[in-house]
Amino acid sequence: MTSAPEPAQARFYAQTWDLSYRHALGSTVGVFLDGIAEGRVRGRACPSCARVLVPPRSYCDRCSVETTDWVDVANEGVIEMMTIVYEGFKGLPDPPYAIAYVTLDGASTALLGYVRGVELSDVAAATAALAIGTRLRVQFAAEPQGQVTDYWFEPVQIPAS
Amino acid sequence: MRNVGIIGLGQSHFVKSRTDVTYPELVREGAQLALDDAELTMADIDAVVVPLAPDALIGIGNGERWLIEAIGATDKPLMRVNNGGATGATAVEAAWMHVASGMFDVVLVAGADRVSESMSAQSVLNKMWDVAYERPYPQNTITMLAMSAMRYNHLYGWDESDMARVTVKNRRHASLNPHAHLRAEVSVEDVLESRLLSWPLKLGDVCPSSTGGASLIVASQEYIERTGRTAAWIRGLGQNTETFWMGDRVGDSHVGDHADADALAVAFRHAYDQAGIVDPKTQIQVAEIYAPFSSVEFHVIEAAGFCGQGEAPALLAEGAFHLGSDGVVVNPSGGTQCTNPIAITGTVRVIEAATQVLRRAGDRQVANADVAIASAIGGDHQFYSTFVIANHLDPIGTR
Repeated sequence: MTSAPEPAQARFYAQTWDLSYRHALGSTVGVFLDGIAEGRVRGRACPSCARVLVPPRSYCDRCSVETTDWVDVANEGVIEMMTIVYEGFKGLPDPPYAIAYVTLDGASTALLGYVRGVELSDVAAATAALAIGTRLRVQFAAEPQGQVTDYWFEPVQIPAS
Repeated sequence: MRNVGIIGLGQSHFVKSRTDVTYPELVREGAQLALDDAELTMADIDAVVVPLAPDALIGIGNGERWLIEAIGATDKPLMRVNNGGATGATAVEAAWMHVASGMFDVVLVAGADRVSESMSAQSVLNKMWDVAYERPYPQNTITMLAMSAMRYNHLYGWDESDMARVTVKNRRHASLNPHAHLRAEVSVEDVLESRLLSWPLKLGDVCPSSTGGASLIVASQEYIERTGRTAAWIRGLGQNTETFWMGDRVGDSHVGDHADADALAVAFRHAYDQAGIVDPKTQIQVAEIYAPFSSVEFHVIEAAGFCGQGEAPALLAEGAFHLGSDGVVVNPSGGTQCTNPIAITGTVRVIEAATQVLRRAGDRQVANADVAIASAIGGDHQFYSTFVIANHLDPIGTR
């Protein structure tokens, strides 16, 4: 009896999935992005629970009703949670970068966005500067591309007294 | 509903990658181990449930087709289940329903994963966020749990050293588990000095990408008694979901906080109600819970009712939850943090819970283990699955 032969080396088949999609974003997102292009952040109010949903959705998940009115919320708010990414992931942006959920004044829910204007190389200083409760301001792209990345957050500058 | 017991268990020795077998051969490996364990063949199996997470994670379109012949499932009912990270547990729930309903007597859950064959896992996982509002940002499973960890530490006053103690415990447990992937013990300092990925999560806080197969067999009480078998009984189970929108889990009007796992607590309560558990601290000896990162273990321990919200880190630091401690032992296998084959990691949690109550856990055996829980989490904390598993069908007492 002979032993089962082993392959001379491990063999592999490498493949890249090159998949293309073009997702329609819907009317509610469209109105939100129109507002972003004008420097406004708009939410949708639930007629039942009165929450103002930002980012806006056409329905209230909690009340199972259609949201009704568009409401402008402030361009400032507070950090609810954030992370600073120092590791590169294939297919995602080069590090470091910071992303945060910010509840804008007048909104009931938090909006995701990049945080810019903070030096990220010193971890302790950067995480202290972006602690929960820190106030951030929405900044808008001068030449909007019709995507959510047309806005981002920056620390609110404390006015010199 | 009929009583359902687990009568066969099989899992690979998990590693980073395997070059000796294909995906279906890996599923076959786990299935054959469970069939051998139960002293059954595929001729005895009425139906099959396959846990298999998103296709793109392993780069195989509908792998449930590819494995049919490999496990001998031709001419049998077979369904695939996908609930993200909860997939492997949800598959066991589906198998339970098959048997509890009276539809089938003996059902095989068989799956495998080989996550490390993807170079793009976090990019694939990014695709689960809202197309318009959130996917354009580099959200992924590491960033979402980094934010949860930040919020947990902020709300309850803990820090990265507390998270590191979870890793130390789990690696110690995994060193005793021959099936675990990461088995080298580490210190708090090792974890704190490891590479920062997404603050506050470091390499030492996160799970590996693991390769292997896992399988179990469930059967009806009537079949188990007629064939004179020993079983680990599924005494209760639950499932629950939570809002897709992470930004709705913060702010003044939120219901569950992204720091916590409130919807998981509801899923545990459902399972406890069925099993007759009113005091988890005294009625449960083993908790094999899905916590891919150190930080997640705290809010799952709390959701399971072993302590109040924000209290788990202090108890862990005092020695609780470790093998050999007085109360419940958490993740005696080393848990998901030491071994994460995504599609079947929930199945492995159930396998470990059953192994413990059957007193077959060897060096990692929890003393007097009669009642264990298992759980899993999918999505960005959307899908929660819970189980109570015991080595008897008597009322579950207190100790």
